[in-house]
Amino acid sequence: MTWNQIFSTSVGKKITMSLTGIFLILFLVVHAGLNACIWAFDEGETFNKAAAFMGNNWVPRVLEIGLFGGLLLHIFQGYSLELANRSKRAVNYAIPYGNKGSKWYSRSMAILGTLLLMFLIMHIYQFWTPSRLGGMMGIEKLPEATYNGKEIHNLFYEMKEEFENPIIVVFYVLACASLGYHLAHGFQSAFRTLGVHNKRYSILLSSLGYGFSIFVPLIFALMPISFLFKLV
Amino acid sequence: MAHKSMNLTLKVWRQKNAKTTGQFESYQVKNISEEMSFLEMFDVLNEQLVQENKEPIAFDHDCREGICGMCSMYIDGKPHGPWQANTTCQLHMRAFKDGDTITVEPWRANAFPVLKDLVVDRTSFDRIIQAGGYVSVNTGNAVDGNSLPINKNAADDSFAAAMCIGCGACVAACKNSSAMLFLSAKVSHLALLPQGDPERSTRVMNMVAQMDKEGFGACTNTGACEATCPKEISLSNIARLNQEYLLSSLTASN
Amino acid sequence: MLDAKIPAGPLESKWSDYKGHCKLVNPANKRKLEVIVVGTGLAGASAAATLGELGYKVKAFCFQDSPRRAHSIAAQGGINAAKNYQNDGDSIFRLFYDTIKGGDYRAREANVHRLSEVSGSIIDQCVAQGVPFAREYGGLLSNRSFGGTQVQRTFYAAGQTGQQLLIGAYQALERQVALGNVKMYARHEMLDIVMVEGKARGIIARNLVNGELERHFGSAVLLCTGGYGNVFYLSTNAMGSNVTAAWKAHRKGAAFANPCFTQIHPTCIPVSGDHQSKLTLMSESLRNDGRIWVPAKKDDSRKPNEIPEQERDYYLERRYPAFGNLVPRDVASRAAKERCDAGYGVGSSKQAVYLDYAAAIERYGKIEASKQGNDNVPKEEIIAMGKQVVKEKYGNLFDMYQKITGENPYEVPMRIYPAVHYTMGGLWVDYELQTTLSGVYALGEANFSDHGANRLGASALMQGLADGYFVIPYTIGNYLADEIYNKPISTDHPAFVEAEKAVSDRISQLKNINGKQSVESFHKRLGKIMWDKCGMARNKEGLTEAIAEIQALKKEFWSDVRIPGEINEMNPELDKANRVADFIELGELMCIDALNREESCGGHFREEFQTPEGEALRDDAKFMYVAAWEFAGESNWNLQKEPLVYDVIKPSQRNYK
Repeated sequence: MTWNQIFSTSVGKKITMSLTGIFLILFLVVHAGLNACIWAFDEGETFNKAAAFMGNNWVPRVLEIGLFGGLLLHIFQGYSLELANRSKRAVNYAIPYGNKGSKWYSRSMAILGTLLLMFLIMHIYQFWTPSRLGGMMGIEKLPEATYNGKEIHNLFYEMKEEFENPIIVVFYVLACASLGYHLAHGFQSAFRTLGVHNKRYSILLSSLGYGFSIFVPLIFALMPISFLFKLV
Repeated sequence: MAHKSMNLTLKVWRQKNAKTTGQFESYQVKNISEEMSFLEMFDVLNEQLVQENKEPIAFDHDCREGICGMCSMYIDGKPHGPWQANTTCQLHMRAFKDGDTITVEPWRANAFPVLKDLVVDRTSFDRIIQAGGYVSVNTGNAVDGNSLPINKNAADDSFAAAMCIGCGACVAACKNSSAMLFLSAKVSHLALLPQGDPERSTRVMNMVAQMDKEGFGACTNTGACEATCPKEISLSNIARLNQEYLLSSLTASN
Repeated sequence: MLDAKIPAGPLESKWSDYKGHCKLVNPANKRKLEVIVVGTGLAGASAAATLGELGYKVKAFCFQDSPRRAHSIAAQGGINAAKNYQNDGDSIFRLFYDTIKGGDYRAREANVHRLSEVSGSIIDQCVAQGVPFAREYGGLLSNRSFGGTQVQRTFYAAGQTGQQLLIGAYQALERQVALGNVKMYARHEMLDIVMVEGKARGIIARNLVNGELERHFGSAVLLCTGGYGNVFYLSTNAMGSNVTAAWKAHRKGAAFANPCFTQIHPTCIPVSGDHQSKLTLMSESLRNDGRIWVPAKKDDSRKPNEIPEQERDYYLERRYPAFGNLVPRDVASRAAKERCDAGYGVGSSKQAVYLDYAAAIERYGKIEASKQGNDNVPKEEIIAMGKQVVKEKYGNLFDMYQKITGENPYEVPMRIYPAVHYTMGGLWVDYELQTTLSGVYALGEANFSDHGANRLGASALMQGLADGYFVIPYTIGNYLADEIYNKPISTDHPAFVEAEKAVSDRISQLKNINGKQSVESFHKRLGKIMWDKCGMARNKEGLTEAIAEIQALKKEFWSDVRIPGEINEMNPELDKANRVADFIELGELMCIDALNREESCGGHFREEFQTPEGEALRDDAKFMYVAAWEFAGESNWNLQKEPLVYDVIKPSQRNYK
């Protein structure tokens, strides 16, 4: 079997989903950890320095390319699987099976994913574009902050500004909920797809998955909330 | 002992053959004993239809003891009806109450085309087995049965997977019409035994390819199949299949 | 005259001598020979797979949607083999002896000995295929005991042995399909055999999806179509199990042997009402641990748990202390009927006895407690532990009982009653499994040869697989070796045209009756006649009445049956009508055979012939023969007798006391 054949079967496509999914989960850990620096209560100094480190070091920049690649693959493969899977039942049931045998969110990964995609577009436009491309092609530049005589992007200030708008905060919190449900299924499903079948590990991984899908989105959700209520 | 009896309305899918489109028809049945099996209730209905000179409802059934895997009704939104770990033929009317309306549909999946009424064509399952669901051992080649001790847990797990009756409820339940539970039950049954070892790589690869070819969807681990399976085949078999697939891909020599 | 073609020489070497001297077909010629296999149960699937492996071109037919559905799949308890893994004194001879004795000395010695000889290879073959038999902690195969034997020789896979063995054979079959050696025709029913110049040359089959008749050529036809227990309407057989293929062969000239030998299985779930469509077996393995009893007082309407120990009658343990609850099936069934007829039956119908697990639960609980080294475990805990053990051993059977009856068998004793389960009679075959029609073979339950008047538990699976895997591959070569000189004939041959027309005419005739009664209602009436008058106990008067009633029923059927739907489409009513029409004819023959056999033996119990204790009384002087009936026109048969010669075993009255 060629590599192409291996990844083009229904199982192979799922392996792609699983590997990219796990990569994105790892990214979430880094992202959440970094952003948690806003709670250092130093008017964003730690956070801005950490963000500047990530922005100026070549390792994260290279990984960032991989991240976008993985993300695009995850999105593309996800939609193509969803379309293919939907086409396998030309005549639908009069009475749907519904929640009698599975969780609604496990059947709604594409919808949850679409919500996340919409969120991501906005999120990237709000923060990533000005931070990386600010000044080019007429894109607005981020404000700067000066620490020890060095000038770096003041992302903290940018967040503060954006999250003064309650509508944006609500949208972010909803997106975090989508993320939570997407992860609640995706986390353990990814490991199942990679072949974890021993009871010992699958129980461990599914507990870890549920914990992760609550904890990480909660951290993200608390960020705009903290700004909105001026807690940082 | 006087058994409770009930009157019911049945909404049943009627379809003349594979080429026509079908529709639901409603029927009334009276004095159904709660001791009856669901299919015996259908027998009563069919007898009624014969008396009215109408065509009885075609449905697949044979052993009526939950093992042949032939019966296949999607009852009130669930393959094999409301009971857990059960086949249609073992469902008894105790599960319903007087005045209920019961909707009965055939399995729905492109890979299981309807042949007539509630009868579907499941030969795609046979072709999946043909793709590698066996041990290549000709009659007469065997060594003594006790020459190869097998870990009891492995043998028990293998048996638990081999209990699959091939009814197709997993496909009927899956939102993707995936046959992965069926497939993985066979892959696990043989992968867990030393006898299945020599062909393990080609088996999983060929069977997955055949499943795709037959028009079944991909597995998204929702677990609806496991919750529906009359023999409670575990979802972990699917994970085992994935492992077999991954290892076979990675260790392929070419 | 019937020639059983039993090889000369001592019993132990007959089969090896036969194998050493039978004709062979070389591989190049095998490719040119087409063989038709009808039925894909254990016998059919194993035969089709094995012949495919050998290189023959095989066409396999089954009426179900897949070969894996055949009713062999429902066998629960296990498969016997003389492996002596338990070191408890088993041997090929003992299995042979037990089978002959269990069959009440009405089986052929040579066939049964061969069956015993190959029994071990069956286990080996199945293990190699990946059949997950139960194993001990050391990784070796486990055995359990079964009725009618005193050794542990039954191999099993929980309560689903038949399923696992059939899946093994089915996989072997599908492998041959994939390799192109076997062509599978599912949802096809054989409706006639085509004979040319006295030899089988093919079949007429109906495609059950579109109703079309098809002609198929074959140099030999193997009928692996199972038993005819559904003649009783209510039986443990699958709804589709039928006698049609065998009956068509019979009408073409194949003799039908010992049709009245029917096995009534003692442990089935009792009938719950008129709606009942089939009966469900509770594995014989339950008699390993369960105790069977009825109240000692007549018409006792107390709940079972309210009846104290001393007011219970464990009648099997009382009557047969040596074998107790593990007496052979015919004996256990008759004993249950005797108690119920005498007014000691239980349940709403009074047609049931109790199968009680309370003692076993307590015994297992105590064993568990002692494993923990604790002597002071409270009773409730012992019971809970015992239930757990019983659940592990018989959980699926208990669940099934609960689903069907709505009662919890862990708390209240199960109600059981005998039901039709297996037919020892079938197409007469010689040592090579060939019927009296040249080129037509019968394997498994479809033939009559190995079980005499009563089959022992766990022997049906053994026989089906023995015939398919290890007997027919040799014996068919002996026939086909000469067939290489006969060119295949075209399916346009007049014999095919004629046979198809006969089938088509009969179908049109059935369809055009346009009467008022459903096929099902006729089947139910036939079943009632058979059960009442040709069931567990028979007598001259009843059988004579039954014959007249069946003849009248036949007339009524052919003038008043109603079959809705069309001929050229999927039409289950028409399929059923074809089968019931044949069952009616068979029913008559069964009664004639039962009337002819003026003795009691095995499953055949004539009330006029019993010992003072109510045991079956054989008449070896007059009836030590196989009754093979030749069809001689409607309601007319000629009896051919094949004397049974016992060279090795000395027949005696069966004693399980």
